[in-house]
Amino acid sequence: MSFLSHLINGVSLGSIYAIIALGYTMVYGIAKMLNFAHGDVIMVGGYMSFCATVYLGWPPLAGVALAVIVCTALGIVIERLAYKPLRMAPSLAVLITAIGVSYFLQNAALLIWGSSPKSFTSVVGGSPIALFGGQLTISPVTIVTVVTCVIIMVALTLFTSKSKAGTAMRAVSEDKGAAQLMGINVNTTISLTFAIGSGLAAIAGVLLCSAYPTLMPTTGAMPGIKAFTAAVFGGIGSIPGAFVGGVLLGVIEIFAGAYISTQLSNAIVFAVLIVVLLVKPDGLLGKRVSEKV
Amino acid sequence: MQKLKRYAASKAGRDTLISFGIVIAAFIVMQSLLAADAVSSLLESLLVPICAYIIMAVSLNLTVGILGELSLGHAGFMSVGAFSGIVAATCLSDMVAFEPLLLAISIVIGGICAAIAGVIIGVPVLRLKGDYLAIVTLAFGEIIKNIINVLYIGLDSAGLHFSLLEQSFTLAEGGEMVINGPMGVSGVSRISTFTSGFVLVLITLLLILNLINSRAGRAIMSVRDNKIAADSIGISTTRYKLMAFVISAAFAGMAGTLYGLNYTTVTATRFDFNTSILILVFVVLGGLGNIWGSIIAATLLTVLPEILREVGDFRMLIYAILLIVMMLFNNSSLKRRILEKRGMRQMEKAERSGKEGA
Repeated sequence: MSFLSHLINGVSLGSIYAIIALGYTMVYGIAKMLNFAHGDVIMVGGYMSFCATVYLGWPPLAGVALAVIVCTALGIVIERLAYKPLRMAPSLAVLITAIGVSYFLQNAALLIWGSSPKSFTSVVGGSPIALFGGQLTISPVTIVTVVTCVIIMVALTLFTSKSKAGTAMRAVSEDKGAAQLMGINVNTTISLTFAIGSGLAAIAGVLLCSAYPTLMPTTGAMPGIKAFTAAVFGGIGSIPGAFVGGVLLGVIEIFAGAYISTQLSNAIVFAVLIVVLLVKPDGLLGKRVSEKV
Repeated sequence: MQKLKRYAASKAGRDTLISFGIVIAAFIVMQSLLAADAVSSLLESLLVPICAYIIMAVSLNLTVGILGELSLGHAGFMSVGAFSGIVAATCLSDMVAFEPLLLAISIVIGGICAAIAGVIIGVPVLRLKGDYLAIVTLAFGEIIKNIINVLYIGLDSAGLHFSLLEQSFTLAEGGEMVINGPMGVSGVSRISTFTSGFVLVLITLLLILNLINSRAGRAIMSVRDNKIAADSIGISTTRYKLMAFVISAAFAGMAGTLYGLNYTTVTATRFDFNTSILILVFVVLGGLGNIWGSIIAATLLTVLPEILREVGDFRMLIYAILLIVMMLFNNSSLKRRILEKRGMRQMEKAERSGKEGA
């Protein structure tokens, strides 16, 4: 039974990684940049929801909505101010700027909310569900997390494949110049991608803090790195890849912690990543790009 | 003298001379200030870390700037170097009484251990490309941090004892723990000095600049510029990639030893992802492939947060804003316009002087 319970915990944690990784992978696919500030947008989302429910006394769902709205706006502002001027710059310059933005968000949060951890009350109420005569308990947060992740994943797949804006997104990620010639507004499309990615980060932040209820300015950093790993694991730029990578990573992390060593669980996660990348250098579901001379 | 002039006129020679000039001048200035007791204790405590960061930045520049592969796990090598160097220094402290010699031996051992780690990591990693390579170096950095965090090493009359995860050995009478798991190392004698740091910086510069301007260095740069073309003219790209990576790791290990032996307590979490990023920021702000740029960036960005300490809580916020603004300015059209204007003025000047000459 403990196996099943670890599996459920793993899928739940993995679903959070997957939601963050979806944001990473979309931004990477379209802007070809590693957005290191993504993890900190998660943290902002968590704080927003916290403030709305604790300080303003709003109902949890309104808190989530506020978090999504603020993070979406934040994503657009970050993109416009920090990344847009660097469209033509070498990718390392953009990477360092992203790190700068990440430092900025962390330290701004430190100034506003202080360094002491806030204890987050879960946005999902209700008592845990007991199965098999109490041998297996599932908390409602777990179910909500997994369901949310699946809904987001399906919605994103439909959005990118069916809608006009989604098609534009795929076009821009394939070839910016050609997309522009076809009358697609590249800047708007990139902003839209950042908006969606940051909105997802807000949801991930709320879910993450509901499952692990300590909120600090550095809360987003490690999940951000893990989710980035998950995105690469599944093949960066691929939406199903981010989903598969995230869930697998979460399951591996929980199992490694439960059966091998909690102290080494991160090391094992990264070791699995390395092995996978050595066997499949483009990730699990990544596209192979052949090199041309 | 003629030879020196010609050397200084070439680009490689100019870069080398500037690099050495900066370091030696800075050392002399610092030493005279120290002699005059005009340095705040805060800045004085930063001198050895600055030397270590300069070596880290220069060595990472070899991987990122010269070889052209993004590495996000450079602090991992620093960590390997720091801990193996500390173990070496503790073991040998009875045998070698002369501190600078003990430090030198420890640094060499730290460098060798980091180089071995570099080979182990480099062989699989360098098969990958671009962002995938970056993420795997990040992963290795995290793995090194995690493993050292659960490593226990003790020293007694019977020799060294190792164990992972928990302390599974008992030490004989008079033995001591060298690395104590998550508690790291404590009670090390601080044998790193500013002078030794300065000497190590000079040695690093001498070796790395010579490497860059050698046949091997040109081969490494050809891998960066066009791997397929380099392959087709018979350059063994794998070999040169590995070479640059391992040398870079070895110097990071030496810097790690220097850094580690400057503190009485060192934990593995000190060499985390943020440290790797910090070093990368030095390299990118200093300019990819530009060695003296790395030196200046490493120095300024280590001192800057300390100067900003006066503004208290806002210091890291200001640091972050400065970082973003510098990156934006570096790639802005404003800078390009300024450079163009200067270039034009210089051209005009050259024309005028050319006419006068004629």
